[in-house]
Amino acid sequence: MSENHQISTMDRVSVGLAARYRKERRFRLFGISAIVASLLFLALLLASITAKGYTAFRQTEVLLDVYLDPAVLDVHNLATANYAALVRDAALALFSQVESRQDKRIIGKLISTGAAYRLQDLVTSKPELIGSTRPIWVPADDEVDMFVKGHIPRDVPEAERRVSDKQASWIDQLVAADRLKLKFNTAFFQAGDSREPELAGIRGAAAGSMFTLAITLLLSFPVGVAAAVYLEEFAPKNRWTDLIEVNINNLAAIPSIVFGLLGLAVFLNFMNLPRSASLVGGLVLTLMTLPTIIIASRASLKSVPPSIREAALGVGASKMQTISHHILPLAMPGMMTGAIIGMARALGETAPLLMIGMVAFIVDVPNSFSDPATVLPVQIFLWADSPERAFVERTSAAIMILLLLLLAMNAAAVFLRNKFERRW
Amino acid sequence: MQKFALSLATATMLIGAAATSMAADGRDYISVVGSSTVYPFSTAVAEQFGKATKFKTPKIESTGTGGGIKLFCSGSGVDTPDIANASRQIKKAEIETCAKNGVTEIVEVKVGYDGIVLANSKKSEQFKLSRKDLFMALAKEVPSPEGGDKLVANPYKTWKEVNDKLPAAKIEVLGPPPTSGTRDAFVEMVMDHGCTAFESIKALKSKDEKQFKAVCQTVREDGAFIEAGENDNLIVQKLEANPNSLGIFGFSFLDQNADKIQASSIDGQAPTFETIADGKYPVSRPLFIYVKKAHVGVIPGIAEYLAEFTSERAWSEEGYLAEKGLIPSPKNERKTIAADAKALNVIVNNKF
Repeated sequence: MSENHQISTMDRVSVGLAARYRKERRFRLFGISAIVASLLFLALLLASITAKGYTAFRQTEVLLDVYLDPAVLDVHNLATANYAALVRDAALALFSQVESRQDKRIIGKLISTGAAYRLQDLVTSKPELIGSTRPIWVPADDEVDMFVKGHIPRDVPEAERRVSDKQASWIDQLVAADRLKLKFNTAFFQAGDSREPELAGIRGAAAGSMFTLAITLLLSFPVGVAAAVYLEEFAPKNRWTDLIEVNINNLAAIPSIVFGLLGLAVFLNFMNLPRSASLVGGLVLTLMTLPTIIIASRASLKSVPPSIREAALGVGASKMQTISHHILPLAMPGMMTGAIIGMARALGETAPLLMIGMVAFIVDVPNSFSDPATVLPVQIFLWADSPERAFVERTSAAIMILLLLLLAMNAAAVFLRNKFERRW
Repeated sequence: MQKFALSLATATMLIGAAATSMAADGRDYISVVGSSTVYPFSTAVAEQFGKATKFKTPKIESTGTGGGIKLFCSGSGVDTPDIANASRQIKKAEIETCAKNGVTEIVEVKVGYDGIVLANSKKSEQFKLSRKDLFMALAKEVPSPEGGDKLVANPYKTWKEVNDKLPAAKIEVLGPPPTSGTRDAFVEMVMDHGCTAFESIKALKSKDEKQFKAVCQTVREDGAFIEAGENDNLIVQKLEANPNSLGIFGFSFLDQNADKIQASSIDGQAPTFETIADGKYPVSRPLFIYVKKAHVGVIPGIAEYLAEFTSERAWSEEGYLAEKGLIPSPKNERKTIAADAKALNVIVNNKF
């Protein structure tokens, strides 16, 4: 009887064994395919953004021999002199065979309006150059840039291109003379927004993002940690604290536009803070990140083993000493991770900023918390909506920069966790 | 640790104090809000203005016409915008709201025109549409094809069913959502006009205006009209990917993408710079900016900004705004408008 039973158990096991292995293999396969699928999508996203955006890091420039005419430039009028005329003359000098007025105008348009400002910078910094002829690289117009990069195709009929055959031949002439080259696009990193794609840069938006995040971090981290410490270590467990906890969790899931409306009502209409300022942006994003930080901080306080608390209390430490000498330092890496992830979310946010006027065209790079400012994702949104084709690559390039920043922040979170985290 | 906490607390308090002391007390730059259609033009002017004058570059927010005018009308004072961009004329109700909040003197400047185009990919056939065709293809309810005055749910699936001369392609139109000014303008200029081609609906106009509007302006929701979002670039990209569909967007996007897309003619007129400027192309609308007169002289540079906007080097056929896709007003009109703007002539409310 017992022998029989043993055999039948083994039989039963081996009968089902193959099916059980199959089940496990199937399960693993599902897992792997899920990962492969998400990696594929990620790769697709990155590849398409990079493919569209990498060309924006280089900008077509033209070498002009500009005669710094003392008749036009006077040491006293350097701020108001007609630099555009000097640039135009220098450009026309490259094409001596062109005579008609119409053609001359078109040649003037091959060069960006930004060329005059570059010339102005040069002359203002070195007035002693006046009277000499200087070779100077100036940015080309965005349509020339698009043509050189191949974003405006040559093989479509002339009427359908924004660069005519004549312009194309002039561009080829410049290339042949080594006077037209793709150079590193410094304007993209040094300038604020502009309606001319070749002059537009992300510096203004990046500075705005920095100011906004600084406010957010300075406010939400201390407040969030204090709230978490109180709720976790001091607050009694009763209906009120339960209610608060539920509400904090709810807040974390509220769509961010709602915080924008709240910010509009409280900070702008009630407190009369300036519109479009990074200060207000920071305050609104603080409201949005607070719940995330509180939840992460509480989780990391919870993970400090009770034995540490008891040991500290056992050797005579006060509750305050226990928290500030032992528990907070041990929980800090987890809290910082939470804060960095919250910040990364705040960095990518546009919706709440729409309500407080930060979706705006701002040329000057903000210098303080009260200056009108915009942020990186808003800049991306505004460029994506612009008709000029050259903004397409700049949009993708700005996305690449934003992704790099996010990656750096997340990497910092991982680094902090690995370096300081204690396991028990 | 305690020191750290202390310094954080101080920083927090400092920010709080700074925040309360910084309450808007004067502004040295112009603040502009409003339509996303006017945005590309007013930003170009603002940039030029900022570089050419000693004034700071104006700040321009893209809030949409309605939202912009609401902000503009919220009161008079440095914490309210100085200028509102609009892709339609200000409404009587809005002027009243303005007046109620103390904004009584508003200067209206018509800066030019914008055309709304229907276009499809170069890979497929060019369309020759009429506004009646468009109404029949896009309205939610149309007069029954069997004849009679009865309205039925739109039965048309292909353009050929709408009009024999059109290709047998499936009706698929990508357009902006109802929140957009472009959509409002399209509905008013195309659908309203198209539906008066039917006697029965035309009769409704004098009888029951509300019913007339409901019939003419309701766009079908069965998948033939696809709301593609506010982003016109996106619509252009989708047209390229799907050669069978038509898209509705602003003229400047056609201008920039003439190598990829072609515009359909409407009522026999193709949208070009010239046909929109002289009013032959039926689907075009004027663009406006509204200036708060009370702010002129308080906020530095408003008069100069207006002068730049209404200067020939900006808004004429040869100006830099035309290059951005703005269709200029006729020369005589420009002269009067520029003079009115210079004199800061305000809107007289009984005009409406």
